[in-house]
Amino acid sequence: MSGTIGFIAWNTFREAVRDRVLYNLIAFALLMSGAAILVGQISIGIERLVVVNLGLTAISLFGVLIAIFIGIGLVSKEIEKRTLYTVLSRPVQRWEFIVGKFLGLAGTLVVNTSFMALGVFAALLYISRHFEAADGWVLVALYFIVLQFLILTALTLLFSAFSTPIESAVMAFSLFVVGSFAEDLRGFAAMAQGSVHRLATVAAYLVPNFSALNVISSVAHGQPVAVQLILANTVYALLYAGAAVCGAVLVFEHRNLK
Amino acid sequence: MPAIEILGLQKTYHVGFWRKQPKLALRPLHFVVEEGEIFGFLGPNGAGKTTTLKLLMGLVFPTAGSARILGREINDPRMKAQIGFLPEQPYFYDYLTARELLEYYGALSGLEPRNRSQKIDQMLRRVGLADAAGVQLRKFSKGMLQRVGIAQAILHDPKVLFFDEPMSGLDPIGRREVRDLMEELKHEGKTVFFSTHILSDAEALCDRVAIIHQGELRGVGAVADLTSSVEGKVELVWQGNSAPAALTALGAECHITGNTVRAVVLEGKQDAAIDALRRERLRIISVTPVRTSLEEYFVRKLQPSQAAAGVRP
Repeated sequence: MSGTIGFIAWNTFREAVRDRVLYNLIAFALLMSGAAILVGQISIGIERLVVVNLGLTAISLFGVLIAIFIGIGLVSKEIEKRTLYTVLSRPVQRWEFIVGKFLGLAGTLVVNTSFMALGVFAALLYISRHFEAADGWVLVALYFIVLQFLILTALTLLFSAFSTPIESAVMAFSLFVVGSFAEDLRGFAAMAQGSVHRLATVAAYLVPNFSALNVISSVAHGQPVAVQLILANTVYALLYAGAAVCGAVLVFEHRNLK
Repeated sequence: MPAIEILGLQKTYHVGFWRKQPKLALRPLHFVVEEGEIFGFLGPNGAGKTTTLKLLMGLVFPTAGSARILGREINDPRMKAQIGFLPEQPYFYDYLTARELLEYYGALSGLEPRNRSQKIDQMLRRVGLADAAGVQLRKFSKGMLQRVGIAQAILHDPKVLFFDEPMSGLDPIGRREVRDLMEELKHEGKTVFFSTHILSDAEALCDRVAIIHQGELRGVGAVADLTSSVEGKVELVWQGNSAPAALTALGAECHITGNTVRAVVLEGKQDAAIDALRRERLRIISVTPVRTSLEEYFVRKLQPSQAAAGVRP
């Protein structure tokens, strides 16, 4: 990684973590973990199931909000405030700026997820007084959540390279929702006939497959996650996010910064 | 080698949602800025000054033509290490301190880490922000942001500086400080290219100026050369309710308001006009320059009738 990308990534991370709105979201996620403990206490016998389910869902939801909320402003805010002008008038290539921004936000999300995950593990320790072997699979579920964030951040960056912040947010959130049902879409495509089949198949494989990256329910039940799935999801997420970042670079390289 | 060579730069935007219409933002622009000059780029709002600067900074792409800075094409990263840019009304990262911002820009400009800290200290002192080095930029006033903007532009000791409306939004003291700084930069051998619509600043500072209007270059040259055929005007105000015939004969435009008369005459006829008022024993209230030679030249160049004449670089 070139030094320039590192400086831009670090600056993006620093700006994001100093933004108070982010703290509110983290506080809210921690509150959700607290609520999980409370709900766990009144769910006799299934405390662990409830804590893992609620905690990881809260992390996923708030991570998605943070990814979209900050992602939509990554480029547009820099243009609006003209900070981008002073960056690009230096020996900085446009692709370095985009990659640096992506890595900065990805880093922010990893750090936030880590903090929120501490809340979930604290809740697990509180209800069981000790960790179980199956709690290790919660880490895999968290890893998959981070992979979802990488894809979503890259897509938000791609959308924000050519549209307004609100349009970017709508497109990114819509894709997150559709992608969460990607497996169902694939099932529908398999059953459909003719042109609907072809259209649904293209759509099903084009949208990010967030449903394959969601193992919250199974790890909440203490079920293990196959190593093949971990590898496949890692490769899929990196390729998908990489393609979206490349798309953002292609758009941004030719954009007039009016 | 010229510091800046603009070779037919042209920009057309396509505006509209469904049916995109071409809008000419900049007609083919040709001129050269020599090394060590302070060059003023003058024009009213919307004339094409910022578009030209954005083209030179590689922020927008030209429809036609090209430009070279220090002999290199405008998209050459080696050239960009030798220039500094201050955008109009700069606004920086809210949550960074002035020092952190300069560290960031210093790093992006390739300043060595061991020299960076020392350079930043010097720069903060030079722009009068040493006491605010640790304050987040969201707490800065407009004038302070302008100072930080200037600091980031000159931090890496560039050879050519581009300032877009550097005096905009500054109080008289701030404007004076920026003018002094630009003169210091010139004495250090830097080339300064700045856009402005404040003509008195340009007249006081610039070796040469270019005038642009509606995306078209209307004039370029040394201020003295451009204004050699143009005279400024002065306004005379005196107590009374009529204008002496001698004054009318001098071509003065007189306006009577109550017990006060105002007349505007050419600078060269100022003494004769005052003499005429004294002969009539009228009480002169004030004599004020209303338009300098450059202002007069500028206004003439902006008149539609002059547009067709054009001015060659």
